[in-house]
Amino acid sequence: MKRHLVSTADLGRDDALLILDTAEELSQFSGRAVKKLPTLRGRTVVNLFFEDSTRTKTSFEVAEKRLSADVINFSAKGSSVSKGESLKDTALTLQAMGADAVVIRHHASGAPARLAGSDWLHGSVINAGDGTHEHPTQALLDAFTLRRHLNPGPGHDLAGRRVAIVGDVLHSRVARSNVHLLTTLGAEVVFVAPPTLLPIGIETWPCRVSYDLDSVLPEVDAVMMLRVQRERMNAAFFPTEREYSRRYGLDGTRLAKLPEHAVVMHPGPMVRGMEITAEVADSPRCTVVEQVANGVSVRMAVLYLLLGGAVFADGHADAPRTELQEAAQ
Amino acid sequence: MTTPSSPPRAPHQVLDATDIARVVTRIAHEIVERAKGAEDVVLLGIHTRGVHLARRLRAKLAQITGRDIPFGTLDITMYRDDLRLKPARALEHTEIPAEGIDGKLVILVDDVLFSGRTIRAALDALNDIGRPRAVRLAVLVDRGHRELPIRADYVGKNLPTSLREAVQVRLSESDGLDAVLLGDRDYAARSSQALAADPELPE
Amino acid sequence: MTTYLIRNAQILGGAPQDIHIVDGVFAAIGEDLDVQADIDIDAHGLVALPGLVDLHTHLREPGREDAETVLTGTRAAAMGGYTAVHAMANTFPVADSAGVVEQVWRLGRESGYCDVQPVGAVTVGLEGKQLAELGAMHDSAAGVRVFSDDGKCVDDAVIMRRALEYVKAFDGVIAQHAQEPRLTAGAQMNEGRVSGELGLGGWPAVAEESIIARDVLLAAHVGSRVHICHLSTAGSVEIVRWAKAKGWDVTAEVTPHHLLLTDELVRSYDPVYKVNPPLRTAADVEALRQALADGTIDAVATDHAPHPAEDKDCEWAAAAMGMVGLETALSVVQQTMVDTGLLNWEGVADRMSHRPARIGRLAGHGRPVSVGEPANLVLFDPAYRGVVNPDTFATRSRNSPYRGMDLPGRVHATFLRGEATVLAGELVER
Repeated sequence: MKRHLVSTADLGRDDALLILDTAEELSQFSGRAVKKLPTLRGRTVVNLFFEDSTRTKTSFEVAEKRLSADVINFSAKGSSVSKGESLKDTALTLQAMGADAVVIRHHASGAPARLAGSDWLHGSVINAGDGTHEHPTQALLDAFTLRRHLNPGPGHDLAGRRVAIVGDVLHSRVARSNVHLLTTLGAEVVFVAPPTLLPIGIETWPCRVSYDLDSVLPEVDAVMMLRVQRERMNAAFFPTEREYSRRYGLDGTRLAKLPEHAVVMHPGPMVRGMEITAEVADSPRCTVVEQVANGVSVRMAVLYLLLGGAVFADGHADAPRTELQEAAQ
Repeated sequence: MTTPSSPPRAPHQVLDATDIARVVTRIAHEIVERAKGAEDVVLLGIHTRGVHLARRLRAKLAQITGRDIPFGTLDITMYRDDLRLKPARALEHTEIPAEGIDGKLVILVDDVLFSGRTIRAALDALNDIGRPRAVRLAVLVDRGHRELPIRADYVGKNLPTSLREAVQVRLSESDGLDAVLLGDRDYAARSSQALAADPELPE
Repeated sequence: MTTYLIRNAQILGGAPQDIHIVDGVFAAIGEDLDVQADIDIDAHGLVALPGLVDLHTHLREPGREDAETVLTGTRAAAMGGYTAVHAMANTFPVADSAGVVEQVWRLGRESGYCDVQPVGAVTVGLEGKQLAELGAMHDSAAGVRVFSDDGKCVDDAVIMRRALEYVKAFDGVIAQHAQEPRLTAGAQMNEGRVSGELGLGGWPAVAEESIIARDVLLAAHVGSRVHICHLSTAGSVEIVRWAKAKGWDVTAEVTPHHLLLTDELVRSYDPVYKVNPPLRTAADVEALRQALADGTIDAVATDHAPHPAEDKDCEWAAAAMGMVGLETALSVVQQTMVDTGLLNWEGVADRMSHRPARIGRLAGHGRPVSVGEPANLVLFDPAYRGVVNPDTFATRSRNSPYRGMDLPGRVHATFLRGEATVLAGELVER
């Protein structure tokens, strides 16, 4: 019995819309006095974090608690993982504890896929960011935010919309998850980065590539700025911080080049002064805070759908049983 | 799945469009009568067909009282107790009237009352939304076999059934016509794919 | 000694003949031999090849006996049809002194399943800084002729040049693990479309090719011979082809897995596919097959790299690199080279026995199957079809990328100097 969310490439259009529509429905609960739903009462969700990530972990935790799940935080720090326990033994431990779902953040690309593909544990595996591979719930909340701004309404997709993703694509799990999901939803993705920060083989990805931010801005409906770590400079990916922000940073002048309806997104944490200026980050067109709020709804939707037994795209898990079969048994 | 010794019976109609219209009208009158003019009534339809019925009741009540009765919709999926047993389903829209339900007389509306679990879930949901003065239940069909101590205040038709049988409610809003059918579960199972709409076997 | 009469074996795939083995040598070969033997073997339908020689085996002893020992490794070799293996130097301690290579050599002799020819490290501790005592290792009982820092590249051009020059004194050869270290820092798999999608650190082909280009030029400059370990890219093939055309003394090997598997398999993130050099693209696989067929690549070498389960039962980045390969090599070569018509059995004998023995200057191996020669022989059943199950392997480790795959052929018997090490597909216990 396997139901996982490891990669947005596993989500078909219907799956993606189901998640977004469910999240939309769930988002209204966060406005209520009683925000909690009893849906996952008695189910155990483990947040297995091998990497520090306050915001993603908090977002998942809020989502889990709003659905009344029993939440266990298993962080690599202060656990036996730091003493050399393997991923396998950790997984076996969680299995023995009866984890119904494991939300995993890992520094190694593919660690969630490895968990999902193993027989080490039987619960659902939800990828909360693996190495430089994927971060599916981030892409879902990005798509959710985009849809609210560009084409609101249940069942609506992002057909015909154009999104620029700017910055360190090479090391970005957010970029990888977004390129799959946004194209699945019908949007066109344009990556903008210096050639050193684009992966080899990107010409085979379903996207356009540009080295020139200024020429791209006037034609997009949204621009998503990726965080650029200063350490990249030392590996000669770009010469200096100043040169990077001059060529690829978003400032007020560039903001003015965007069409009026276009929004500015950032998965956070932002490096102000590097990829984005304070002026842009604090402008009303910047959706960063919205994205955080939407993250909870999207993660609730994913948890509900996975633990409720939904099987995403071509998943081979239990065939959905009809109520009729249920009743007849 | 058990194999019945005789071929399953085709569903037969127990209520037709006229019957349903009459029943809705009667329930509307009962509400006005018992709720003393229905002044603080809020109608909450339970998805999917309960919402259609609630809309019809609302129209009828408007005719009778000349007032617009506050109306909302309720999806109780997140409150179900059988999440482990059934595949997760897409959520329908829950919409509570802007004035809320605090201190109101909430009338829940559903199509078929069976085990009572849906209503239990709906009561839980209401609990998280506000504190009504009282909650009443209106259903088109009560087919018996309750598993919880729940009863309906307004019943369109009491329909004694066996557990082998399935009650299918069709409403024009979602199914193109109005009818209530009663047939064997097995028959419904076999023909379910052929049916345009999902045969409603609540709970 | 036991005498054997092998009936109707197809030597190098030729017409069926009988082979009589007496006192460790081929005593007679011909049709319907009228001789007696202790053991008769019906070799109808079996191909007879000279005992295989592996230029590249990791036996892990001393130091990692949990992965493999000389005994378990040579048993695996015998099961794969090998009668001699070159044991790589990256043990603990490193085989960079006469003492360690003699120990490995002696363990090999004691095992009795196949000859173990230790490879000596080029530099002390494989650190690439100071030449190891190459002469002492050559002069030891082990008689080392092949030197390699395998697992690490001798990336310092001066050290490489000196090593190439120095071993000329005793007809040695430097076997280079071509991997430019700066271009492969943090590399996890072949750099290309798949690595980009998977977000795994890329291992560009140029990191291998640039070192090969440098080393063939160095070898030409100082008039030495150089051997390229586990060549894995189409570009590497071109460089070696060019160097050979120049008449330079360059040899190269390819592993069975690089003849069959591609980096698409990494999509599973299953570390059983993690190997150094990494699995490349289908175009590379095709170029390697062609190069092995036309002789640009001289030898198939297994790079048998056993690892304990815990080193593969983990996330990709944490996993060890390497695959076991001794027991599947001949089957993979049949599938990729023979069944495709690229190589006949004579060619297989050349690439898996004659040429590797010549590169390693290994006396008594890689000889023809003819009267008077040492009876190193493998009987192989090319008609066999089976699913690979590493749990039945003789190697101590289970990290085979072929688990569950259908591979053709099976070793029926292996003879080391006239003694059977494998009979009827089973190890002969001794």
